[in-house]
Amino acid sequence: MQLWILLLIPLFTCVGVGFGGERNARAIALGGSLATLAWAVVLAMQFPHWQAEQWLYWPAPEANAFPVIPGLGIAVELGVDSVSLLLVLLNVFLMPCCVLGSWVAIKERRREFYIWLLVLSTCVMGVFVSRDVISFYTFFEASLVPGFFMLAIYGGPDRREASFKFFIYTFVGSLFMLLGLAYVAWQHAQQTGDWSFAISDLTTFAPTLSAGEQGWILLALLAGLAVKVPLFPLHTWLPLAHNQAPTAGSVNFAAVILKLGLYGMYVFVLPMVPEAVVTWAPTIAVLAVIGIVYAALICWVQTDVKKLIAYSSVSHMGFAVLGLLALNPLGLQGSVFYMLSHGFATGGLFLCIGMMYERYHTKDLREIGGLAFKMPVWSFFFIVLVFASVGLPGLNGFVSEFLCLIGTFTAVPGAQTGYPGVLGPWFAAVAATGMILGAMYLLYMTGKLCFGPLREPADHHEHEELPKDLSLREIAAVAPIAVVCLVFGIMPWPILHAVEPVAEAVLKPYPALVESHFEQMDAAAKVSLLTDTTLEGSR
Amino acid sequence: MIEMSSKLILITPEILLLIGAVIVAVLGLSTHRRIRNAVPWTTVGFLVAAIVATQIVYDGSETVTNADLLLPNLGLYLKTMVGVIAIGLVLLGIGMVDRKYEEAIRDGRAGFDPLRVVRGEYHAFLLLSIAGTMLIANANDLIWLFLAIELSSLPTYVMVALGRGTRRNQEAAIKYFFLGAMSSATFLYGFALLYGASGTLSLTGMREVFAAQAASDGIPLFGLIGMVLAIVGLCFKITAVPMHFYAPDVYQGAPTPVTGFISFMPKVAGFTAIIMLCAAVGWSGHHIIDNAGVRVPTEGLPRPVHATLWVIAALTMILGNIGALLQTSIKRLLAYSSISHSGYMLVGVIAGTAEGIDAVFFYLVTYGVATVAVFGALCGLQRHGREVETLDDLSGLWKRHPGMAFVLALSAFSMLGLPPLLGFWGKLDLMIAGISAGETPLVVIMMATSAVSAYYYLHLAGLPIIRKPDARTEGVEVGPSPWPRIAAMVFGIGILIVPIGARTLMEKAEASTKNSWLEPVETTLNTGDARPEDHTPELPQA
Repeated sequence: MQLWILLLIPLFTCVGVGFGGERNARAIALGGSLATLAWAVVLAMQFPHWQAEQWLYWPAPEANAFPVIPGLGIAVELGVDSVSLLLVLLNVFLMPCCVLGSWVAIKERRREFYIWLLVLSTCVMGVFVSRDVISFYTFFEASLVPGFFMLAIYGGPDRREASFKFFIYTFVGSLFMLLGLAYVAWQHAQQTGDWSFAISDLTTFAPTLSAGEQGWILLALLAGLAVKVPLFPLHTWLPLAHNQAPTAGSVNFAAVILKLGLYGMYVFVLPMVPEAVVTWAPTIAVLAVIGIVYAALICWVQTDVKKLIAYSSVSHMGFAVLGLLALNPLGLQGSVFYMLSHGFATGGLFLCIGMMYERYHTKDLREIGGLAFKMPVWSFFFIVLVFASVGLPGLNGFVSEFLCLIGTFTAVPGAQTGYPGVLGPWFAAVAATGMILGAMYLLYMTGKLCFGPLREPADHHEHEELPKDLSLREIAAVAPIAVVCLVFGIMPWPILHAVEPVAEAVLKPYPALVESHFEQMDAAAKVSLLTDTTLEGSR
Repeated sequence: MIEMSSKLILITPEILLLIGAVIVAVLGLSTHRRIRNAVPWTTVGFLVAAIVATQIVYDGSETVTNADLLLPNLGLYLKTMVGVIAIGLVLLGIGMVDRKYEEAIRDGRAGFDPLRVVRGEYHAFLLLSIAGTMLIANANDLIWLFLAIELSSLPTYVMVALGRGTRRNQEAAIKYFFLGAMSSATFLYGFALLYGASGTLSLTGMREVFAAQAASDGIPLFGLIGMVLAIVGLCFKITAVPMHFYAPDVYQGAPTPVTGFISFMPKVAGFTAIIMLCAAVGWSGHHIIDNAGVRVPTEGLPRPVHATLWVIAALTMILGNIGALLQTSIKRLLAYSSISHSGYMLVGVIAGTAEGIDAVFFYLVTYGVATVAVFGALCGLQRHGREVETLDDLSGLWKRHPGMAFVLALSAFSMLGLPPLLGFWGKLDLMIAGISAGETPLVVIMMATSAVSAYYYLHLAGLPIIRKPDARTEGVEVGPSPWPRIAAMVFGIGILIVPIGARTLMEKAEASTKNSWLEPVETTLNTGDARPEDHTPELPQA
């Protein structure tokens, strides 16, 4: 019931926005998003498993199941564990910021805009709280529609192409995800005699499938999830969509929508197909590492600020994937923490860029610079968020990047941590160059944008509605994000503690599987005349 | 005699519709405009009466559930579904049929000439076609089946021709009629061969004969050829490859309400007929004899039939979706999209389990609701007094007609299968049935092609909302009557809220195949001892 209310508050706000008139739309939307935030905070305070020893859902999903098609075992089940509750909090925290950030930027079709924004938030929260495959998929897909319209109506000059690309990429992938999940459900029905689409049933059942089947299921799931993450080479929709979206859209896409892919990997991929994950983790990790370095190199030559930050998301999410595939609790904690910190830092950066764009109508690094003279407050927040994104110790980005890399580094066959892995120092080393490159391009951008002589576009006029520097409303939008970045950087452990039992539970089958994987590899290597040199080298 | 009367009771709804057709045809010739205007409402009244009659007749009693039919309970579901959606389809035509002529009479530019009005004919033919479709549910005889199919399609040939005047319309009418006649010839020939192979016209009898044959030497070759020919002929009705070529031209050339009608009603007829024929051949108990002379049991339909359907389904999905990508005319786009929907439904037919057939019947509802909604929006709008033609005509629709833009988006997303809209549940059902029957490759094709369909449905859903209105779209205004728009709104809202009741609807669809040969107990490989009193079929008298 609590979670239903969480989903319904923004939906009812939509009705209010619809009937409240064009003028009041933003105020009503702000009120609704604050109410959602308040309710989510209440939920977070009630959540009993922050300090739990075990991995538990709250409220128990079976208790609030709402049957849709009993014959096929399809029922809507909602519940949160600590990871999904954290992601819900990320979403509701950014909602008011998005509304404030688009306060004056959206001039026409305002009501529709805020309705799409609220629906988008509802869908995203729905994904995080779903405990059955069908509602997960429903919210996952339904989130495309508001995203599509936000992008297509309010976006930049290439909005048409961007919106179609965004929708079709994700839709195509997730159809195969649905296929994979339905296949698992069918196998479950074959072997147990009961249809069920509950995630808990499927995740306990799926690992019993043969390694070959698991491989196919992994492929199907990744088809849907890797597009969202996004994993190289499926990332090409992202720079376009993030660049063309209106500010609130970019914030939502970068901060929350990208997390859907990674969250899906954590919910489905890791528990369902452990054998396939062990076999294919190095391959996926190679793609992630390529993404990290490749996107970082692209960032270096970008002149469009928004595009630069969009590509930096591709690079950064690669770290989170690595952390997830390290198959040890450190890496998984790091990965979850990365989702949160990337959400706050990049979301905040997009907000800042939006504020700049409203004043100057350009995002081109060649046309604009030295803003610290004219907009010191803006520059302060911008620099804080850039540092959070770079991974400066003391801010949140550092904790997450460090954990992911440590996790990857220790993911070697004979690890002393008790969690042998299939990655290893090489992956961490190459990925670390992405960190260095990240510092280079982000600081280069900051240097150009904030310091040096003041450069403004030639046809620039002072905006009549906006002050030179940030208004109170804009500070209210971006300051909380900066504060969170700082708090997370100084005190990461409450979150890490909350994630720990979950991480251990998810990773329980992995040490044994990794061992047996290497035993098999050894046996195969002894038989085969051609020894796999890379494997030997990593031992 | 008892059998005769019980059969007649079961077709009360159809009898009502036939009476209605006669009355409506006469009313349409009245010189009073008011009576002529009452024609559509009389039609709706008879449809409601037919639906009510269906509920009364199908009371679940012994006579109904044990009737000598392959699917004795199908009638309730099929007739109710067809009736309800047909009401929507009637509403689409209000104010559209005879529009120019009625306006001329009203303005005093023309006198009333009974030869020139078609309103009565239109609605009479509509009722006849619906009656034919409903009759298929009661068919237990190849001749009955053939006549019912013809009754459902012959009126549609006339309806297409009713929008007389434009050359495109004439082309559509001719094409539709001649190709339709050819398809009838094809499946009639198939029926003849089936009769030859089984020696009986009764479908239930045929099923027993084929089951016995399958258990021994297999169904004779010309029986299988007959089956394949019948299916290929029926492909015309469901616009499946290789008989789909007419669809884009006919859909474009026909008046919009008629396009809505022919994109739903013949499909129901065709799918019900195909399912009945496949049921007669049997979905299980078949085997092939390999090179060593050993009998190897196979799953599903006999191999040649299965292969034919498989290829048809795959090609229909692929060609339909790819063809739609290139269209700018909305009606052509919808024609290709309806082709692809037939392909999806064929997956359920091939799966063939009770689940698969339920899924097909459920999908027909989801498809019908979306069809009424989208054609309602098209009928409710006009541009300078003409039909809305291309996608560009609709861009920027949200500004002047937000409701219609909303309905278009809803129905397009529903046809795309976007959760949580109605279409998604239909597709999910088909997908699960396909996977359960081991037809995973076909399901993969289905998913891949529906991914392709995202592109054109997104145009249909998106362009009216995302574009700014331009000079071209300024001319778009509402049609002469509000009823098509009301139908569009009602069915559009249905797309949104029916999923909440999807459970009941699916249970109804499930009930439609209960108590039939689909119950798995009956269909086993060794039918030898399962049928003690294996009465020998009557041989055809020479």
